[in-house]
Amino acid sequence: MKDLGFILASWLATLGSIGVLAALTIRRARELSRQVPDDAKPWV
Amino acid sequence: MSIYTATAAVPGAAARTGTRTTRVIGVLALVTTAFVVVSAFFLTPADSVQGDSVRIMYAHVPTAWVAYLAFITTAVASGFSLARRHRTLGFDRVAGASGEVGVLFMAMTLLTGSLWGRLTWGTFWQWDPRLTTTLFLFITYVGYLAVRRIDTDPRQRARRSAVIALLAVLEIPLVHFSVVLWRSLHQEASVLSPDGDVRLDDLMLFTLFAGVAAFTLIFAWLVIHRQRLTALADIRQTVGLDAAIALRRSETSGVVK
Repeated sequence: MKDLGFILASWLATLGSIGVLAALTIRRARELSRQVPDDAKPWV
Repeated sequence: MSIYTATAAVPGAAARTGTRTTRVIGVLALVTTAFVVVSAFFLTPADSVQGDSVRIMYAHVPTAWVAYLAFITTAVASGFSLARRHRTLGFDRVAGASGEVGVLFMAMTLLTGSLWGRLTWGTFWQWDPRLTTTLFLFITYVGYLAVRRIDTDPRQRARRSAVIALLAVLEIPLVHFSVVLWRSLHQEASVLSPDGDVRLDDLMLFTLFAGVAAFTLIFAWLVIHRQRLTALADIRQTVGLDAAIALRRSETSGVVK
């Protein structure tokens, strides 16, 4: 496949940045969830 | 003594920001994304003009679509937030979460477009109308997020950022039609062209739509989780404040006794 480096870089950057944001979101949710009682969470 | 000492102890595993709905959305997003990656790399043919660089398009176009969707969602939620500003901060939280996700996707649109441009035009960047207006849109929403981070009353933050969001969304038609309004290096729309003619092979078009679906699911998952994060932070602040007041009152009553 021609220009594989550019194509891979595009996909890795896109999926990687989404993955990092998702991981940070989950980690922060874990931290904050411990500090808030379940009955105060409207979605529970 | 920490103001959270009395409130932080939640027995057992605390419920997080996920629910059955978000888990379903997450699984669907993963499956659809996996299909798009396989199809983009191994199933779809190289383009007759662009060659293999067209494989970048299956990431570039969906990120642009989701960025537009995110900014429109931010504007709609901001409108509701302004209309119901005395009732709840829920719409403001959705607006903020959508703005954050939109900025990430817009950054990826610029990056993947730049890499594609290097292969197709021979340069990473040109001050072309589409590229310039897209960069301007990106910077506007970075500013929007900066305004949201100003340490102030949440209702004042909601009001200020809602006004900015409602103004900023007006840039989207300018970006989308920039290739028609001005002479541009950037190609015109292949799917949503003004004449309604779709200029793509069937599998390429299907993969492109699957990419849009996959990234839209990712967007929904991220926005739901991130708006709940903001809600948790707000609740913690309120609970912490209540605990601090209670602690202060108990200390004061102890002194009086």
